[in-house]
Amino acid sequence: MNTKPPVPEAPGSAGGPAAPLLEVRNLYVEYLTPRGPAQAVHNVSFSIGRGQVFGLAGESGCGKSTIAHSILRVLRPPAVITGGQIRVDGADVLKMQDAELEDFRWRKVAMVFQSAMNSLNPVITVGEQIDDVLIRHNRLSPAQARERSAELLKIVGIESARLKSFPHQMSGGMRQRVVIAIALALNPALLIMDEPTTALDVVVQKDILRQIQQLKAALGFSILFITHDVSLMVEFSDNMAVMYAGEVVEMAPAREIFSNPIHPYTRGLLSSFPSLQGRRRKLTGIPGSPPDLVNPPSGCKFHPRCTRCTRLETEAAPQLTEVTAGHWVAYHDGLRLTEAAA
Amino acid sequence: MSNSDSRPRPALKLPGANALGTLLGSPKAQLGFVIVLVFILAAVFAAALAPGDPKKYVGKPNQPPSAQFLLGTNPQGKDVFRQLVWGSRLSLLIGFGSAVLMTLIAVVVGMVAGFYRGVVDDVLNFVMNLFLVIPGLPLLVLLSAYLKPGTVTIIFALAITGWAFNGRIIRAQTMSLREKDFVAAAVVSGEPGLSIIFVHILPNMVNIIVGGFIGAVTYGIMASTGLAFLGLANTADVTWGTNLFWAQNGGALMIGAWWAFLPSGLAVALVAFGLALINYGMDEITNPRLIAERNIQSVLRQARLPRMRATPVVPHEH
Repeated sequence: MNTKPPVPEAPGSAGGPAAPLLEVRNLYVEYLTPRGPAQAVHNVSFSIGRGQVFGLAGESGCGKSTIAHSILRVLRPPAVITGGQIRVDGADVLKMQDAELEDFRWRKVAMVFQSAMNSLNPVITVGEQIDDVLIRHNRLSPAQARERSAELLKIVGIESARLKSFPHQMSGGMRQRVVIAIALALNPALLIMDEPTTALDVVVQKDILRQIQQLKAALGFSILFITHDVSLMVEFSDNMAVMYAGEVVEMAPAREIFSNPIHPYTRGLLSSFPSLQGRRRKLTGIPGSPPDLVNPPSGCKFHPRCTRCTRLETEAAPQLTEVTAGHWVAYHDGLRLTEAAA
Repeated sequence: MSNSDSRPRPALKLPGANALGTLLGSPKAQLGFVIVLVFILAAVFAAALAPGDPKKYVGKPNQPPSAQFLLGTNPQGKDVFRQLVWGSRLSLLIGFGSAVLMTLIAVVVGMVAGFYRGVVDDVLNFVMNLFLVIPGLPLLVLLSAYLKPGTVTIIFALAITGWAFNGRIIRAQTMSLREKDFVAAAVVSGEPGLSIIFVHILPNMVNIIVGGFIGAVTYGIMASTGLAFLGLANTADVTWGTNLFWAQNGGALMIGAWWAFLPSGLAVALVAFGLALINYGMDEITNPRLIAERNIQSVLRQARLPRMRATPVVPHEH
């Protein structure tokens, strides 16, 4: 069995010959508070290959969005990145200065923010808002920008006549599409989607995700997909990581996590959602609430809420270990469990 | 994963976050408080600090500062130091008194106009515009000339001419806040309008009201000083303004007796400066991001890293 902590090769990256598009290594992010630093992201490593979708799952406050924002270096005070590496296409994001970052953001990595449909300016037409990005970053003339904006709207399935619409004249789903069009305006290599569909109903949600999948196939970008909806993620991602209290507790190909979850937290998360097919079963959920990140629990951070906890968990923090090919778990019992299952 | 080593970490900690601590923690506000407090203490303890009647003739006119007369004597042979210290009493009283009155009128008129809109707003807004377009100083001069001169008159006149500016700001903020969901929720739950105004809307604009109040104090002190300098106050009172009036009256500027007018003029400027600094500190209370920003910059300084807009990277042991 393979153990090379603290940096596991992320699943998916080992297979490809080329370097992964995004590589996050031993990332630490802290929020400074009067009580001391809160460890929002604690030694997180993963990578995303070209054209792949990587999912980050976990409950509110586990650090998913913090990771997304630190890739763009747009976390606002009192956040501080206190260690690690973030590489996008070989470029070291954490070494960049403000001027470099300005060029890097949106051109290399674009983001669809949480509640993105509210991030449109209500008093400017959507066309002008797409034009803005193109004129600012690509130095297009207003006429050229308008042409490209129409193209972008068409790509996300909105007729170009709606360029003259104001955000309040569109439905939530349409606004979401506009935001995605803005994100794709500069052909980014990586698209970060931070809970992009949480505010939409399931039908529209499905529709938009299908469209993104098609766009990804056509344009070839990679996606970092963040959600707390695990079933959605399993369907949409190639690989995924489950986070708890700022740490990755399990990382594997999405289907593998769905069919063979090992970490008790992952199991709890999966049993919190009803499945549409198959036998009816009781939803168990996870008792308790997320831990205090200023004074996190000793050992495995999940142990106060865990039903399968042993003394070992309360004392030593388990390391991410590859239990089967490409399946990493931070769980002392993980090894024994998989062997028992085999 | 674990904190494997136990080496001490650099202090990545923010100072306390209560409102008073924040205000006192801001260097700008600290300086402002010290300045304003010095003048308030001088006003309260005037009798101990500069004993004697400031209106009394104490020596030859226009004597420069000396051991006997700390700031010299003015053209009327009065002790300038006494005048400065005793003058702070009425000047500060007029400043704060008129600011309280101005803020009260501005809050009530502004919030009622902004909340009820319609005809109410039309009328109140017209009144506010009226007071905004009437040139303040001439109206002040008129009021002061026709009313019985005195402290209450001045306070009243200042409040009448000065409230509309803040009233407009508060009206605008009320109009914006009343569209928020929490106000809509209060409306549909059947709360009466006045309760919505004072329980839900007012606390959300305390920063604007306090900021406006501090600005109003400055306006009150400056304007009352200006009026007194023009001779439109009771010249028998001792204020910084009347001090300037008497200095001008006796030709202090012409004969180069700077000590006669500089202290009171400087006092007005310093109090205004101190109040402005306190206002900066207020910004930080109502916008905690500003504190976070300031503290992050100090963390960067400690780590000898340059300032930047992007999320800073401060590597340290884990």
